[in-house]
Amino acid sequence: MAAVVASVSKTPTRTRRRLGIPIGWGFVTPFLVFFVIAILAPVVYAIYLSLFREQIVGGSGFVGFDNYVRAFTDPEFWAGVGRVIAFMIVQVPIMLAFSLIAALAIDSGRLRAPGFYRILLFLPYAVPGVVAVLIWGFIYGPRFGLVGSINNFLGAQIFTPLTPDWVLASIANISVWEFAGYNMVIFYAALRTVPSELYEAASLDGAGPLRTVMSIKLPALRGALVITTIFSIIGSFQLFNEPNLLKPIAPNAITSNFTPNLYAYTLSFAGQQYNYSATIAIVMGLITAIIAYVVQLRGTRKELA
Amino acid sequence: MKRSMRIAAAALTAALFAVGLAACSPGGGSDTSAAGKPADLDAALSKGGEITYWAWAPAGEAKAKAFEAKYPNVKVNYVNAGSGVDEYTKITNALKAGTGAPDVAQIEYTAMPQFYLAKSLVDLSSYGFGDLKSDFIPGSWGAVADGEKVYGLPEDSGPMAMFYNQRVFDQYGITVPTTWDEFSAAAEKLHAADPNQYLTSDGGDGYFASSMIWQAGGHPYQVDGTKVTIDLQDEGTKKWTGVWNNLVEKKLLSPTPSYTDDWYKQLGNGQIAALISGAWMPSLLESAAPEGAGDWRAAPMPTYDGTAASANFGGSAQGVLSQSKNPALAAAFVKWMNDSPEGVKVLQDSGSFPSTVSDLKAPDFADATSDYFGGQQVNKILLAASETVPDGWQYLPYQTYAQTIFADSVGQAYANNSDLNPGLKKWQETLVSYGNEQGFTVTGK
Repeated sequence: MAAVVASVSKTPTRTRRRLGIPIGWGFVTPFLVFFVIAILAPVVYAIYLSLFREQIVGGSGFVGFDNYVRAFTDPEFWAGVGRVIAFMIVQVPIMLAFSLIAALAIDSGRLRAPGFYRILLFLPYAVPGVVAVLIWGFIYGPRFGLVGSINNFLGAQIFTPLTPDWVLASIANISVWEFAGYNMVIFYAALRTVPSELYEAASLDGAGPLRTVMSIKLPALRGALVITTIFSIIGSFQLFNEPNLLKPIAPNAITSNFTPNLYAYTLSFAGQQYNYSATIAIVMGLITAIIAYVVQLRGTRKELA
Repeated sequence: MKRSMRIAAAALTAALFAVGLAACSPGGGSDTSAAGKPADLDAALSKGGEITYWAWAPAGEAKAKAFEAKYPNVKVNYVNAGSGVDEYTKITNALKAGTGAPDVAQIEYTAMPQFYLAKSLVDLSSYGFGDLKSDFIPGSWGAVADGEKVYGLPEDSGPMAMFYNQRVFDQYGITVPTTWDEFSAAAEKLHAADPNQYLTSDGGDGYFASSMIWQAGGHPYQVDGTKVTIDLQDEGTKKWTGVWNNLVEKKLLSPTPSYTDDWYKQLGNGQIAALISGAWMPSLLESAAPEGAGDWRAAPMPTYDGTAASANFGGSAQGVLSQSKNPALAAAFVKWMNDSPEGVKVLQDSGSFPSTVSDLKAPDFADATSDYFGGQQVNKILLAASETVPDGWQYLPYQTYAQTIFADSVGQAYANNSDLNPGLKKWQETLVSYGNEQGFTVTGK
């Protein structure tokens, strides 16, 4: 029987295969060219760089995994990693909780002008990151900024957002302001896809607003939550713009290894240690991928349960 | 499952992008030495051409325009590529990439060694630049020349002085300090009278610290080819921290970071009443803190024992980058800017303090008065200061990087209002290990 089937389908399979291969490649090539040039080549090049050490005196030489050994034993690097992890643990839940509450509020239908609030909350995301940090830098100014004015009014230095103790919290505040609206829109979009029959059924069953949120809206948001969490984690690990732009007004609070990306930047562009910088970037990329993957696994496991 | 794969792929792609961004810095340095001769300069000028010039000093664009007016067949593309380390980063990247670097660039004296040691600057001695040595003051010439090799020509210079706000001094009954002890006492008196008032500001700056050590007679960096010795606990350093620790620990220094909006505002309204700074400070004050017009004065830098002493702080040169396609024309532009009466005049018109002996000795230079400084002859004080700069100072061949990481160690002492010496020791440790990694033979004392 198998032989019969095989002999029947023999001719069409061959034709498809003969034509199929070049056509398939034709469809894939545009993406593949982009992928190889823009993504694969730099990564391969970074890995290549990380195996060498170039010196101001004496040129370049192959050093094997020396740079990786150094990265894993570099307290400056791990201090930066610890800082972004602390940032992530505190900032991501606060931001997502804020976005979630805002999305639920706008979706609840009890606000007078939901479109207005939606745009208002989303607006900071439309402000370029660089401009946002400059605005906040002015607000945080301890002498002539808003914080300075409040301190003057109170007659004491109560708020010191740019001191070493507070600067990470100040950056977290900027990030919440910048990205809460973006996450809110993702949540809101997910809520809009909930069919209205579900709400009707719930109200017929006598579910109050809180019960509706817990049993219908939050489960519907699970996928969106996983995605926003992963994006926020990646964003935290890549923290660079905010500290780099605040550094001129808080030079002692934001050290050159404040975040791993800032450290890689300083090593490469001020220290001319391109090889070690590439190593740091690769190690950081791997850490980010692993943590993002773990979060994603956990998120989907809950979804299945 | 499919969706989870997609999310994982998105996460991975984002991570890959992060790696890719850091990797855009190809290797390979070029060793271009111009084998020209002095006559090439005039030939290049009459032939004409196009060169690119990167600078941030106020006279930069004016110089390019004046040069074009004088040599109409030469086109100078002036670009302000950011100041100091911002510009160096771009130059270093362009050199690494093999294309995109300017022909001529403004480079601070502190950064000259890092560029010529990496063979990024053309040795201009073959164009006869070695003969120009006597045209410049020794302090500035020492920064552009390495033995017989000449890697650029000095532009401005920065002998240090004290600039102070006479109105604030009068208001609080402070006499102009001439020693560091008097300076500390004045700082205490002023801050006690009004907690918003500071005698001076210093939030931590590696160049400033180095110049202060220089004035105290220290030689913390000693360079002999690729052999480097660092001693940030030498006698001069200890002398400086002896004075400065007191100011740091008692919170008598305004912590406002220099060259920020807040800083300029405090200079304008008198909350920072004095600055120890280089000869470029008067013109910066005039443009960035116009509210202080008429209030400011200049005086010699306070001393440790009554013997007049100053140091250099800042100052730039122009060099020709090794990537230049037209080094002869670029060299001719450098020479015109810094060693011709027309070029130096443009510099002086912008308020900068030149490095050329003939211009510094000109009587109308010393006699010039400044309205911002209440009609005072500021140049006279700066000229006197330039005579009392201790000899034999050297910068590290990687001073720009040293500056970048100053805040990580010494800056922490500033932030905690604690002893600067442990911070300086830590800074030294990092500089020693960095230097050795970069192929220098560095010893820390």
